[in-house]
Amino acid sequence: MTTEATEPTGSSSAGTTEGAPAATAVPTPVPLYAELRARIRNEEPVGLATVIDGLHVGAKLLIEPAATPLGSLGHAELDRIVTRDALAELEAGRSGIRHYGPHGETTPEDLVDTPVVRVFIETWAPPPQMWIFGAVDFTAALAKVAKVLGYRVTVCDAREIFATRRRFPMADEVVVSWPGKLFDQRGGTLTSRDAVCILTHDAKFDVPAVRGALATGVGYIGVMGSRKTHETRLERLLEAGVDPADLDRLMSPVGLDIGARTPEETAISICAEIIAHRTGRVAPSLRDSTGPIHA
Amino acid sequence: MRDLLDDIDRWRAAGTPVALARVVDIEGSGPRLPGAAMAVNIDGEVAGSVSGGCVEGAVVSEALAILHGEAQPRVISFGYSDDEAFAVGLTCGGTIRLFIEPLDW
Repeated sequence: MTTEATEPTGSSSAGTTEGAPAATAVPTPVPLYAELRARIRNEEPVGLATVIDGLHVGAKLLIEPAATPLGSLGHAELDRIVTRDALAELEAGRSGIRHYGPHGETTPEDLVDTPVVRVFIETWAPPPQMWIFGAVDFTAALAKVAKVLGYRVTVCDAREIFATRRRFPMADEVVVSWPGKLFDQRGGTLTSRDAVCILTHDAKFDVPAVRGALATGVGYIGVMGSRKTHETRLERLLEAGVDPADLDRLMSPVGLDIGARTPEETAISICAEIIAHRTGRVAPSLRDSTGPIHA
Repeated sequence: MRDLLDDIDRWRAAGTPVALARVVDIEGSGPRLPGAAMAVNIDGEVAGSVSGGCVEGAVVSEALAILHGEAQPRVISFGYSDDEAFAVGLTCGGTIRLFIEPLDW
């Protein structure tokens, strides 16, 4: 080892064995699995960093937003840098390997002639949300397919007799409310990973739902209805003061052009469009074609 | 990982040692993303999967070797393009790397 002794961080004990400065002592194992499991079960955002190559293979650090990390990868500065990176990975919903110097060095020149520590950063983000407006037959099928894809599904309708748990047992939540109210209360939680699907064909319900969705950062907004319905809806939205530029965000008629007919087929077509929308792949959306919607 | 928790809990509650294999990297056409996980207990029982079924057998052997103290936790590769690759390959032609370790943490 040719490097100068690094400044010991925090309370270092003097007189450690040669070649093993206090700062790189073998991390004390903390029972992290129980902590990790509890967060995964509660669907709380959490990251786990594991040294997979280099000094202290198997050492772990559990990271969560706005909390002190648990465990250690063997060096306080490495822990600090990995925590920073893990929070970014968590935000982006990614998992992968990153390379560091033994003290958390990341710039290429700092990594020359330095043993590299490879760290696998795995993150568990809360499931994406899908809000479905309108308690209709298509809603049950869409909620079912969305659950298969791992969404947390909320069904919302203002009509108490339709918006019941009994009709939508597969949904995580059934809310009896006007759309505007739900967006006012929780619209801020919607991100680019989430989807809003408006399945009502009723102007007094879908105009406020579309307006509410457009005011959020939600990644996908699908609005059901025929091409004719969509035309008249656009007029009403403009009358209601919606910015014409925002209307480009609406996927309507909703779904891919696969000739879907039944509620179940339509649900597949909508979810496939959501996937293509997220991945940026070109798939034939009904919005961008002109023919009949159904096969 | 989420779908492994029940099995892992049961095994650990019974005092059965468990190894965890996680996909940490893929190249080319890989069947599962980083984070796909499989747990193997010392009796050879398995939960979860890390590929489309191509490499699970080899992962069990490696996991058991680790649980019996005959191998150290490490990264192993599956695929034709890697020198260290195990003999078993992926039918899709990609390469996956797994980290296998005892679940003693």
